[in-house]
Amino acid sequence: MAEFLTGAACFILLVVAVGLVRLLRGPGDADRLMAVQLLGTGSIALVLLIGVVSASPALIDVALTLALLAAFAGVALVRASTTRRPPDNSQ
Amino acid sequence: MTLLFDAALVVVLLGLAAWVVLARNAFAAVAAFIAYGLLLTLAWLQLHGIDIALTEAAIGGGLTGALLIGAVIRLRTAPPAAPATSMTLALAAIAAATTTAVLAACVLALPDPAPTLAPLVADNIAVTGVENAITAVLLAFRSMDTLLEAIVLLFALVGAWSLGADSAWPGRPGFAQSAPPNGILAYLARILPPIGLVIGVYIFWTGADNPGGKFQGATILAAIWLLTMAAGLTDAPRVGSRWLRAALVAGPLGFIAVGVFGSYSAGAFLALPPEAAKPLILAIEIALMPTLTLILALLLPGPPQRTSS
Amino acid sequence: MSALLDLWTVVLVSAGAVFYLAGTVGLLRFPDALTRLHALTKADNLGLGLVVLGLVPQVGGVIIGIKLVAVWLLVMVSGACVAQLIARLVRHGSDPAP
Repeated sequence: MAEFLTGAACFILLVVAVGLVRLLRGPGDADRLMAVQLLGTGSIALVLLIGVVSASPALIDVALTLALLAAFAGVALVRASTTRRPPDNSQ
Repeated sequence: MTLLFDAALVVVLLGLAAWVVLARNAFAAVAAFIAYGLLLTLAWLQLHGIDIALTEAAIGGGLTGALLIGAVIRLRTAPPAAPATSMTLALAAIAAATTTAVLAACVLALPDPAPTLAPLVADNIAVTGVENAITAVLLAFRSMDTLLEAIVLLFALVGAWSLGADSAWPGRPGFAQSAPPNGILAYLARILPPIGLVIGVYIFWTGADNPGGKFQGATILAAIWLLTMAAGLTDAPRVGSRWLRAALVAGPLGFIAVGVFGSYSAGAFLALPPEAAKPLILAIEIALMPTLTLILALLLPGPPQRTSS
Repeated sequence: MSALLDLWTVVLVSAGAVFYLAGTVGLLRFPDALTRLHALTKADNLGLGLVVLGLVPQVGGVIIGIKLVAVWLLVMVSGACVAQLIARLVRHGSDPAP
């Protein structure tokens, strides 16, 4: 079983890594962010797979943390792109 | 099969690192850096550094990404910087090459097998009452380092605040945020905080015996607080606020108080009497957690920008 | 019984991996940001969901199984919200790209 799960982990890692081509090509911020988002979800699956293979339940806490913060980069981008800043006169 | 996984991980990590350095589009570099952090989490897991993986997941996935994205978007509206001259480029190249060479020399000069204190920790961990070796090292065997780290973080916040304009002092950090109260951002900022609170406190509490601890827990709580700020549901406190300043020094002061208690009860500053080691470690962690949460969250919005309301 | 559970794991984890593949192919091949978003959410919801469901029999504990499912639910909530936010960003043209 461990062999199969490690194989699945390899497959998912390679697949989401290929998805990073979208990060390189863009063209927009949103496209790049989507590649990161896919890698984020993929990482969560990988953490869980590694956790089951190595029989260490503590890894699920890592996955839980990643899942909780999965939305963060997206929120930061949307917030930063839509905030109307007052004229910058601090310099 | 594991070897294949590790090899693929290393190749993708190196590729992403090269892209972060070489990318001409700043947002592409930042997005790649976030992806790099995610893969680094996996690398730490493969190295059995679960505590570090947890920290990387919380800091890299939450705070650093948000900080860098904010910086990139801000740079787009900033006046362009003067182009680098060949002189500065040469200086940068020499500095980078020297650093790399020194680092490589250090790594190659490491004795084999590497010196380790791990057996010493394993022999004495029972005295502390905690089961997670990382927590034992951070809060019992090397607690001076942890105390100084907390103080360094506090100085970092003071440094960020000191960049504010006089006219904005002592106002609120960052810009005023608002979002439609029934919008999707406000929805997310209402639904995630209760879950995040539970997970943050859980990671903090489980840190005594399993990977986790105050730093990871505080990072999660800070990220959740920042989410509610981004949705305009809460606002950053004024930097002049008394309760804020009291909470910021409470953690280090509590830590120092435990240290002074140690010089009376166990004969040395920061020493823990064995019979009370675990409660004292817990007291330090509980004292540091709110302070770390505040510092990590307030480092993001930066210096005070608004004086009114 | 254990062989049946193993079969369950093999089938579901494989199906999850296929959805990750679909997500990547969609992300790379679809013509614009909104359709790519559609591909991404499949990987978020179904890819991770099937992997999680496949792994549940292997963790040996009800509490751990519940934590696994909680990870999936969290990703679904934040994934759905981020998809909305990204779509709005694309539609309102704050994104400098075509």
